[in-house]
Amino acid sequence: MKIADKNTSAVSLVKEALEKAKKYEDKHIFVSLNEENALKKAEEIDKKIAKGEKVGRLAGVPYALKDNFLSKEGNTTASSLILEPFHSPIDSTTVKKLEEEGAIMIGRTNMDSFAHGSSTENSYFGPTKNAKDDERVAGGSSGGSAVAVALDIVPFATGTDTGGSIRQPASFNGVYGFKPTYGTISRYGVVAMASSTDCIGFFTKNTEDMNLLMEICAGQDSNDMTTLPDYYNETEEKEVKKIGIIKDFDNDKVDENIRNALAKKVEFLKQKGYEIVELSMPTLKYALAVYYIIVPAEVSSNLSRHDGIRYGYRSDNAKDLGEIFSKSRNEGFMSENKRRIMIGNFVLSSGFYDAYYLKAQKARTKIIEEYKNAFEKVDYILTPVSPNPAFRLGEKVNDPVSMYLEDVMSVPINLAGVPSLAVPAGTTETGLPLGLQIVGPRRSDKNLLKFAKILEEDK
Amino acid sequence: MKYYPTIGIECHVQLSTKTKLFSEVDNDARGKEPNSCVSPVDYALPGMLPRLNGEAIKFAIRAGRAMNCEINASSRFDRKHYFYPDSPKGYQITQFYHPIIGAGYIELPDGKKIRIEHAHLEGDAGKLTHFSTYSLVDLNRVDTPLIEIVSMPDIHSAKDAHDYCKALWRAMCYAEVTNGDLYNGNMRFDVNVSLAEEGAKELGTRAEVKNLNSFKSVERAVEYEIKRQSKLLDKGERVIQETRGWNDATGETTGQRSKEEAKDYRYMPEPDLPPINLNQEFIDEESKKLPLMPKDYKEKFTGKIADDTLEVLLDYPPLMKKLAEIEDAKRVSNWFASVLLAEEKSAEYLNDLPTAKQLDDLAEMTEKGELSSTGAKEVFLKFFDPEMSKRDTKTIAKELGVIQENDLGELEKIVDEVLADPATKQAQEDFKAGQEKVIGFLVGQVMKVSKGKANPSSAQQILRQKLK
Repeated sequence: MKIADKNTSAVSLVKEALEKAKKYEDKHIFVSLNEENALKKAEEIDKKIAKGEKVGRLAGVPYALKDNFLSKEGNTTASSLILEPFHSPIDSTTVKKLEEEGAIMIGRTNMDSFAHGSSTENSYFGPTKNAKDDERVAGGSSGGSAVAVALDIVPFATGTDTGGSIRQPASFNGVYGFKPTYGTISRYGVVAMASSTDCIGFFTKNTEDMNLLMEICAGQDSNDMTTLPDYYNETEEKEVKKIGIIKDFDNDKVDENIRNALAKKVEFLKQKGYEIVELSMPTLKYALAVYYIIVPAEVSSNLSRHDGIRYGYRSDNAKDLGEIFSKSRNEGFMSENKRRIMIGNFVLSSGFYDAYYLKAQKARTKIIEEYKNAFEKVDYILTPVSPNPAFRLGEKVNDPVSMYLEDVMSVPINLAGVPSLAVPAGTTETGLPLGLQIVGPRRSDKNLLKFAKILEEDK
Repeated sequence: MKYYPTIGIECHVQLSTKTKLFSEVDNDARGKEPNSCVSPVDYALPGMLPRLNGEAIKFAIRAGRAMNCEINASSRFDRKHYFYPDSPKGYQITQFYHPIIGAGYIELPDGKKIRIEHAHLEGDAGKLTHFSTYSLVDLNRVDTPLIEIVSMPDIHSAKDAHDYCKALWRAMCYAEVTNGDLYNGNMRFDVNVSLAEEGAKELGTRAEVKNLNSFKSVERAVEYEIKRQSKLLDKGERVIQETRGWNDATGETTGQRSKEEAKDYRYMPEPDLPPINLNQEFIDEESKKLPLMPKDYKEKFTGKIADDTLEVLLDYPPLMKKLAEIEDAKRVSNWFASVLLAEEKSAEYLNDLPTAKQLDDLAEMTEKGELSSTGAKEVFLKFFDPEMSKRDTKTIAKELGVIQENDLGELEKIVDEVLADPATKQAQEDFKAGQEKVIGFLVGQVMKVSKGKANPSSAQQILRQKLK
């Protein structure tokens, strides 16, 4: 990515990004632009450069921020009505780290409200369109961020991935999207979806930029007790020999274009001298069921704080305390939010907890074990990100189950907490981007990104 | 009919840690503006995560040890959900499935042991103040660390309920985990009372009286419940399982909401906090920091301090702690019990007690006769006067002019002066004639001339010799 220096001014980088953002207004990528603040910051960086002062590793680099990251600039709405009026008094850890290195946020990107969705159609502000096709979805929930990078508006954008929300839109739009090992990047200051699977990650055009962002943002944060010590910058290199592919995912429910793209990459790797190992991972078929118990449970709990009392939207129609809660929430949340809250409340309710939540946790342990076993046999696993390329706007919006099925290949990775990088893998005949993902064992993040560079050679 | 009561008590103890359970905000909101001790975490902004206060873990270990409890090597937090403005997150972080403190017991004064089922860590809720058309929310108390102590149903009388609460309060105060201020709700008791026919195997249906904040109200509430439930059972009616409130003015409990329609809290493991894993070394090290407990002080002082004085002073841990440093504990214990505790501002004084040296000196001077008991009392009270408290005992005594004259030569001169005074002539003759009582008048004259500094017993001795 281009960094401001003596030849390239931060102001020109930021201006260019803002102009492009406006040019693609019809795609509905941004919920809000941060023009004034961004230009002011760019000028400050240019002054520093002119004076010969030290600037950060991302000096003057414009970036797009998913709308669920707390930042003191603009409102953090999570693309919802209930947080539409919410202005954060603090920055999330990720925003803080990026800005310390001189990155400049030019706008907040559209998303499925509270990250509930796989198409960005659940945004209170309306859907984002696919980078390559206005009739098709951007994917989700981080749809706006993926399209912003795919259209070269910004060199990178932030995302969150709870069940595929970075990798699926990355592959729908033909960019890199990384979900690190759970706990690698602090979740502090990111509107929570499901605490035990939420991961912070990025969209970029190449693996080098991704590596730089990881070096900057990874590491333990005293504000997030689930973060891991900073292994990212200390990992030892390992020789890669064996690549696994999952037999269980090779069936006719997967689009032919995607199966061909996978076959092509496998052939490329064979030629490069890697051994391809077929894996059977039978418990993965339970992952979607497990995911749609554990995640709604945590969602229902994490969304409890949006009660109309202290901040955010409060219904004007409330007549008493009970109605402040029920009407503010009923009016402020989208139907997909409410669907997940209801599922979550149901599986946690007394008498059902053991049958659903506890059982799902046990199944989750099995899935974690299955990945562990798989990584004793292979170094990385290569699989599709989703069964289909970007679908049409409106196609699945009234069929939640078919929408959930889009996540079948991405959610097991979140349940296991392992890292996965979505990489571009060509296009369909009509030019729709295709994507694959490289999945590694826990804490293999840095080596995984290095390995992915090899795939970049196969254009 | 006579029924057999069974009582179990849950007690919430506010821990006096420096900061809150899940944020680095001041935990001591006394005298502070509403909503001034609140961090974004306590306020539950989106994306805020709890940050466990390690000091609270240490406090919990001490509290557990003070109740003879096992400390669980592995424990975890859970979320308990409910909507109310005093709960910004929409859930309370508590330990529902795996508490940090396991089984133990509390011993009552008569030797009875009341078993502790378990005790767990959790965050407190905020405070609401209701007005006619609106309510105000103060979140200063949100996530003040609490431990909730759950007893086994081992209590069978109102008196034992009272004694249990008091013993628990003493244990927590001596363990130095709470300020123990009952009036301000530092400890709150929920009492479960059920009645069964004598000899019955099954327990009766229980009613729970919530939020009692004194030992006396615990005792009275239990007495009231036993009477109320007995009446119902005598009439052949059934006791409803419900939560009841206590009205201290009327001395009655009243039904609030029945447990049958109780809320479903939808407990869930807290995914933002990893499990607490404690190694034995750490547990042992923290356990060693448990200060002396009431029973230790009892052992130490029985026979040295009068039993009733000891019992009174045991309610004041700082006094017991101080006594343990003192040579003449008996004399000082009397000043504590009859002088200090009689003072209006005694509660304030307890926070800033005299040094052991000051008290030892005071005891010694009194012992030697350099101070009369009245003089000693005057000096003792000056220890709490901010203007004088830092000075040593002798300096204070001198400034007050209460040191008794012990120079016999000097005293003899004064006695001679008194005997030469014609006004005492009659008294001298009366004494010589055998009127013993008159000696008091003569001593009084000596005291007057010496301006109160003479040692009266020495004065009497000299007078007697001279009048032989």
